[in-house]
Amino acid sequence: MNQQASVLFDAPGPRAQKVHLIITIIGWVLLIAAVAGVLWGLRDELTPAKLLPFADPMAWTGYLLPGLGATLAAAATSVVTAIILGVLLGCGRLSGIKIIRIVCGLFVEFFRAVPVLLMMVFSWYFFIFVLRVPSAWQSFAGVVVGLTFYNGSVIAELIRSGVHSLPKGQSEAGLAVGLTPSQVLTSIQLPQAITAMLPSLVSQLVVILKDTALGSLIVYSDVLKQATELSTWKGNLIATFIVVALIFIVVNYALTSFAQWLERRLRARGARPRPATAPPTAPGLPTV
Amino acid sequence: MGKFGQMMAQFDLLHAFWVTIQLSVLGALGALVIGTVVAIMRVSPVRSLQLFGAGYVNIIRNTPLTLLLFFCWFGLRISSGIQLGLPSDPTQVLSLRWAIIAVAVYHASFVAEAIRSGVNTVPQGQAEAARAIGLGFFDSLRHVVLPQAFRGAVAPLGNVLIALIKNTTVAATIGLYEAAYTMKGMIEFYPQLLYVTFALIALGFIILTLPTGIFFTSMSRKVAVQR
Repeated sequence: MNQQASVLFDAPGPRAQKVHLIITIIGWVLLIAAVAGVLWGLRDELTPAKLLPFADPMAWTGYLLPGLGATLAAAATSVVTAIILGVLLGCGRLSGIKIIRIVCGLFVEFFRAVPVLLMMVFSWYFFIFVLRVPSAWQSFAGVVVGLTFYNGSVIAELIRSGVHSLPKGQSEAGLAVGLTPSQVLTSIQLPQAITAMLPSLVSQLVVILKDTALGSLIVYSDVLKQATELSTWKGNLIATFIVVALIFIVVNYALTSFAQWLERRLRARGARPRPATAPPTAPGLPTV
Repeated sequence: MGKFGQMMAQFDLLHAFWVTIQLSVLGALGALVIGTVVAIMRVSPVRSLQLFGAGYVNIIRNTPLTLLLFFCWFGLRISSGIQLGLPSDPTQVLSLRWAIIAVAVYHASFVAEAIRSGVNTVPQGQAEAARAIGLGFFDSLRHVVLPQAFRGAVAPLGNVLIALIKNTTVAATIGLYEAAYTMKGMIEFYPQLLYVTFALIALGFIILTLPTGIFFTSMSRKVAVQR
């Protein structure tokens, strides 16, 4: 299993294999002990009486599924608006006109430096006090605007670094056949940059999905808030949080795996010459 | 400007940012410690430790920080009755402690990934050379591989720290009086000062994150291993 050489250790010899086996066994024992300890510690929280509410269809149709729907609706809307904003800002940062470049650059840097939650709270109050949006839409609009500005800025940076990592010959060839600089950008550089950045964009979806949970501060009825309400009714907070965590982990793990698969596939297809300066894609930034 | 002065007198903005800074620094230290341990597990030759490391990273990284914080605050503290300190401690102190734990546990998974990516920047030849001169596993780790790995991990670690500083705002969801929660209160009481308040708090975060970013970028250039 662990025979492959790594920078940290050799392929193990007979003695090392014995040592590894012992450590492996100790490791498993400790691991099982730790899991058992956690379960024992939570034994009052994971009783059948506290888990049974999840067998009740009401818990799902009345709370969890509407919550999940709200989470996905906010995430999906934000993805679309963030991609639109991101492409516009990314093009702006690559524009030939200096003033557009500077304004877009300031915009991107500002919204990358400001926490998503501040943006959400601000836009929520903005919709309440200034635009006087109907109260049913205030929270939704706040969540979407907060997510859009932050993730749009991140996507703009992805697109910019994607374009910069393309070989210079691409734009030179475009100019040589008589395209204008903006035509070079839209018909030669952007398609390649977006393809190259596709795995990072998918990783960004995970970020957006996780960030929708912040909406609870501005009373958005996402899956976390709905679940909290359900659990205060049923008195099974810990069990509920574990179920919600499982929902998030399954969805996000699927998205992350999809991103990694996409990256491998793109690399195998040789869609791009991968220069050493290409920005790292897989881990993504730790947003909430 | 009368309203503005009144607002500044009512809300202690400096203290709010001091809480944010405490949460950032202590959370970052915790994340660094846990993350380093997890990273070492992930790159160790022992299968069970590798699985534990990978499991930790995949579970924590895919869970929202808000959920983790709720789990700590509402689940472990209120529902399970686990106390971090005396029951007589003020709620603010307790919520800060739980927030530090949640922030540290959450960002540890990103620290682990950053360090692992740093390990991946160390060429195979370095480890081979270390073994060739007779260093054992731990010695080659300590003297050859990890120093280079940390130097290669400076830039990603800087990104994690910046994200961590911004993510401390999540503690507002459990009612900790840090910058974001204070901003919410300020706007609730003085909606006419909406823009000023937002600009002020945003400026505070820019003051915290911008120098951090510049420092880590120059650091990563300075300590980069020339290859």
